[in-house]
Amino acid sequence: MIPISWYLILTAALFCIGLYGVLARKNAVAILMGIELMLNSVNINLVAFWRYLTPEIIAGQAFAVMVFAVSAAEVAVGLALVISIYRRRGTVVADDIDMMRF
Amino acid sequence: MTALQVIFLITAVGTLGSALMVVITRNLVHAALWLVAALFGVAVIFVQLNAGFLAIAQVVIYIGAIAILMIFAIMLTRRVAQDAGPQTNPNWAWAFLVAAVLFGGLTWLLSAWSGFSTPMPEISSRADPLRQLGQALVSPNAYVLPFEVASVLLVTALIGAIMIAWDRKSG
Repeated sequence: MIPISWYLILTAALFCIGLYGVLARKNAVAILMGIELMLNSVNINLVAFWRYLTPEIIAGQAFAVMVFAVSAAEVAVGLALVISIYRRRGTVVADDIDMMRF
Repeated sequence: MTALQVIFLITAVGTLGSALMVVITRNLVHAALWLVAALFGVAVIFVQLNAGFLAIAQVVIYIGAIAILMIFAIMLTRRVAQDAGPQTNPNWAWAFLVAAVLFGGLTWLLSAWSGFSTPMPEISSRADPLRQLGQALVSPNAYVLPFEVASVLLVTALIGAIMIAWDRKSG
């Protein structure tokens, strides 16, 4: 059988890959893709803890459904911002979007 | 090694490989397609964890909506010149260091946890996780309030997204 450690190490690796994408990528859409990978790794973690530790309480899956809704909202707003900025400034490079720099 | 373990390893390697291609590939359209592959791998992992509803929702919401939205955004903001240069910022080495240190730290912390090698418990044949989930999401004793708040948040965010992306000059 598969112990929980396999899932935990898989999600740790997935989270760190997503974190690298968020920190290292230039393009704002690619940064959003990294955030999606991180959210997915958290979701696997929630479901794995539900399955291994409390299979009789459904809280883990219910929380994962909430994460789905929130991440859909986040992507919609994020991509709308990217498209709006592209229309006004002609760039999607995160380093060039510094209108609010003090 | 049992068949389940082999299936898990294949899925895990596929998911991690696709995720790695998402963050390192230069062409953004390819990155979005690799993202679809990684999300599909996550759906397969949900199936292995007896979360069938989440696997379906993963395919419908993430692959069907979010990844397609990403591809649309990439096409709308595409400029040929940007595909040529490097797609990482000058601090990518630091980013790699942070990610590697975080992975090492997480693995070290988790390996110190006493339940690290908990085996998978059997689900009793009378329990139906799908029915439980459906009832928990609409039951006043469980999660109906967070569920409704999440749906209001989704509507608000989508209206906000329309307002932000509205082109007032030509629209």
